[in-house]
Amino acid sequence: MSTLHTINKSPFSHSTLASCLQVCGKQDGILLLEDGVFGALASSPCAEELATIIETGVRVYALKGDVNARGLQEKIRAGILLTDYNGFVQLSIEHKCVQSWY
Amino acid sequence: MQLTVNGRTIELDKEGFLVNLDDWDADAANMIALNDQIHLTEAHWEIINLAREFYQTFQISPSMRALVKRTGQVLGAEKGRSIYLLQLFPVSPARFACKIAGLPKPANCL
Amino acid sequence: MNQTPSKKILFISRHAPYGTSLAKDALDAVLSSSAYDQQLSLLFMDDGVFQLLKNQASGEIAHKSFSSLLPVLPLYEINSIYVHYESLKKRQITINELVLDSVQIIDSSAICSLLAQQDQLLSF
Repeated sequence: MSTLHTINKSPFSHSTLASCLQVCGKQDGILLLEDGVFGALASSPCAEELATIIETGVRVYALKGDVNARGLQEKIRAGILLTDYNGFVQLSIEHKCVQSWY
Repeated sequence: MQLTVNGRTIELDKEGFLVNLDDWDADAANMIALNDQIHLTEAHWEIINLAREFYQTFQISPSMRALVKRTGQVLGAEKGRSIYLLQLFPVSPARFACKIAGLPKPANCL
Repeated sequence: MNQTPSKKILFISRHAPYGTSLAKDALDAVLSSSAYDQQLSLLFMDDGVFQLLKNQASGEIAHKSFSSLLPVLPLYEINSIYVHYESLKKRQITINELVLDSVQIIDSSAICSLLAQQDQLLSF
């Protein structure tokens, strides 16, 4: 595992998820948190690129608390893995570096 | 700490750097240098002017590494060496050169 | 003296100058870090590439100009400077508009491997 990318901004108003997807490697992971969880919606501007990258084997996580808080429980797309803060810590350890796209 | 130069009072911080950079002139430089027991010669002035030019160009006080490199570029390889600068400004050339040149303390001067 | 092995540290600067302090923070961080003899590199991407434009007369808005600040990097032995190709292209910036001539222009897939080589990433 190499880099864990964290996204905390909505892809509807920021380009951070798009930038991240450009340089994300197959061994990397992506964690959506705070407003970044809107990136997990099927209607997200980056939905296609995200689907493609999940197919190549990149694991994409969303922070469950942030998903639930925004009422997105039923709306997030298939293939997104839900995690919590303990999972966040675990992911930070598993990856060599963390790149925060803010 | 204060210095009085030609009837002007100049404010220095705890480490002897100018509080107001605009207070600097050649007389102030000589006096600050004397505080650190350095008598300024032509060779010192070459470096002081170079440090001031560095600051004007890059808007940052040079670290030791940068001062050595810049000295080499401008004054030639013979002078662009730590040992040369150490002879002029003992212990910590970047720090003393900047102080006398009326520049802020170099940020990464350890 | 105990020498700890040096680390590969990449500073990623992704924000435009002046609007926030992030661009200046990145530069200050990389210059300060140069005192510690680590393997430093610097990557400009997204709006961060705007920092590299020539002719920034930022005195008018009371800021230090990145056009004059960035050429200090080689004096601090920061010689691995990368610029994201797609970010330049999207903003229609050409190489001869850049204030540094020793940069390496790299594409997204090269950034992907650049990130993978690092021991530490610092994001600004």
